[in-house]
Amino acid sequence: MKDTISVARAVSWRVLHTFFTNKSFLLPSVLFPLFFFTAFVGALSRISQVPGFDFPTGYTAFQFVFVLLQSAAFSGVFTGFGIARDFESGFMRRLMLAAPNRSGILLGYAVSSLARWLTVAAIVTVVALIARMNIDGNGVDLVGLYVLALLLNLAGTLWATGVAMRLRTQQAAPVMQMPVFLILFFAPVYVPLDLLKGWIHGVASVNPLTALLEAGRGFISGRPDLTLAAFAIAVGLILGFTLWAIRGLRRAEAAG
Amino acid sequence: MTATALPQIATLGRRAVIRTARQPANVVFPLIFPMLLLAVNAGGLHSATKLPGFPTSSFLAFALAVPFVQGALLATINANVEFARDIQTGFLNRLALTPVRSLVLLFGQLGGLLTIALVQAVFYLVVGLAFGVRLESGIGGAALLLVLEALIALAFAAIGSWAALRTGSTEAVQGLFPVFFVFLFLSSMNMPRNLIQTDWFRWVATVNPVSYLIEAVRSLVIEGWNWEALGLGFAVAIGMSVIGFALAAHALWNRLERT
Repeated sequence: MKDTISVARAVSWRVLHTFFTNKSFLLPSVLFPLFFFTAFVGALSRISQVPGFDFPTGYTAFQFVFVLLQSAAFSGVFTGFGIARDFESGFMRRLMLAAPNRSGILLGYAVSSLARWLTVAAIVTVVALIARMNIDGNGVDLVGLYVLALLLNLAGTLWATGVAMRLRTQQAAPVMQMPVFLILFFAPVYVPLDLLKGWIHGVASVNPLTALLEAGRGFISGRPDLTLAAFAIAVGLILGFTLWAIRGLRRAEAAG
Repeated sequence: MTATALPQIATLGRRAVIRTARQPANVVFPLIFPMLLLAVNAGGLHSATKLPGFPTSSFLAFALAVPFVQGALLATINANVEFARDIQTGFLNRLALTPVRSLVLLFGQLGGLLTIALVQAVFYLVVGLAFGVRLESGIGGAALLLVLEALIALAFAAIGSWAALRTGSTEAVQGLFPVFFVFLFLSSMNMPRNLIQTDWFRWVATVNPVSYLIEAVRSLVIEGWNWEALGLGFAVAIGMSVIGFALAAHALWNRLERT
């Protein structure tokens, strides 16, 4: 256990040092969520006037929840990019040779991903508040919202880590990114589920991310909805992707 | 342009096309990604068509203009990353030692990119038609749309080539990707400008040239022959092409001078 923690601490320190000292890593992580938030809220706020749009807290809060969850998932994906980069540069091979307990490598990346996302989430939240976002939920609701996003961050990190450990090349970036992008955007991003029509309604209805999004919007509006289902899905994703990531690590070890 | 220049342009253009075609990710991603985004937006924003004053009852038709601009952007990035690689690997320097004229290098690069963008445009048009979109401007409109797409691709390609020539770095050209996308997302891509509620965003979309490119393509799909939108779209595309080409030619001149 001590070995695991020391490896995790070293890995996470290195990742965070690179993240905070290199603009090319820091800026996309921060700017992309802000940019989506700005573009969606700025361009689409009139959508809230469509008959049947029943989200009383306002369109800014409606989109804020999506952007928060999106930033959580994509912080995980960006961590996967870093792992792939470490494989290509040969650093990972040296790390595996040096680490007394390799599970600590996974833990280190997961912790660093969490710290990265917390930074991004803080900035996005401040910007949303400056944009006069309404919050109708109480403190407990907000804790629920951020914990849900945190769990999604962990799931995203484990997913991308599993892919990076298997493919071990930066060319795997679309494999990490595209499924996350699709699952996020096949949820009710712009309007509530009831206003979606046709095939997208069918897809969104069975998309597990829909429950997370609806629960998050329930938290911020002070009308919790699908809370248990959302947390159960998030925990299920984490358990599944933990197995996926550990098996990936074993494959990377076997590949030498 | 001399008689010897045309075969040289064709050869360099063909090289650019073949090099792109040999990398499946560079072919598939610019075709599929805009279509996925179109599908997501058309499904998710269909209810926007119920807003009073929305110009069409089909959000798919409304949003079909976006892949044309987005595809041109993606093709530009991919092709100019390869162009930057030519500079990094010294290929451009070796080419400069041959009798090929410097502007031919640029025309060849842009010609290849134009071909790729046009193939993509035909694909987007076919997909749109297959999913029930009818061009209000008819067959003539489809032809004009392809001409406009060529100009849009030329505009972005010239700016991308300028970045490649000026920096000679694949990373720098890749760095243009988010910049271009900021322009795309801060435009009227998802909502007509007159229906954008947020004042500052409406202002940004109005001064953003990409809005006029999208609106020109969109007018051919949902309105027919809206000469004002078409005039503005062509003017912006031609203006950007001329400026981009002048910058790229100047950067090429400087780079070959250094060589």
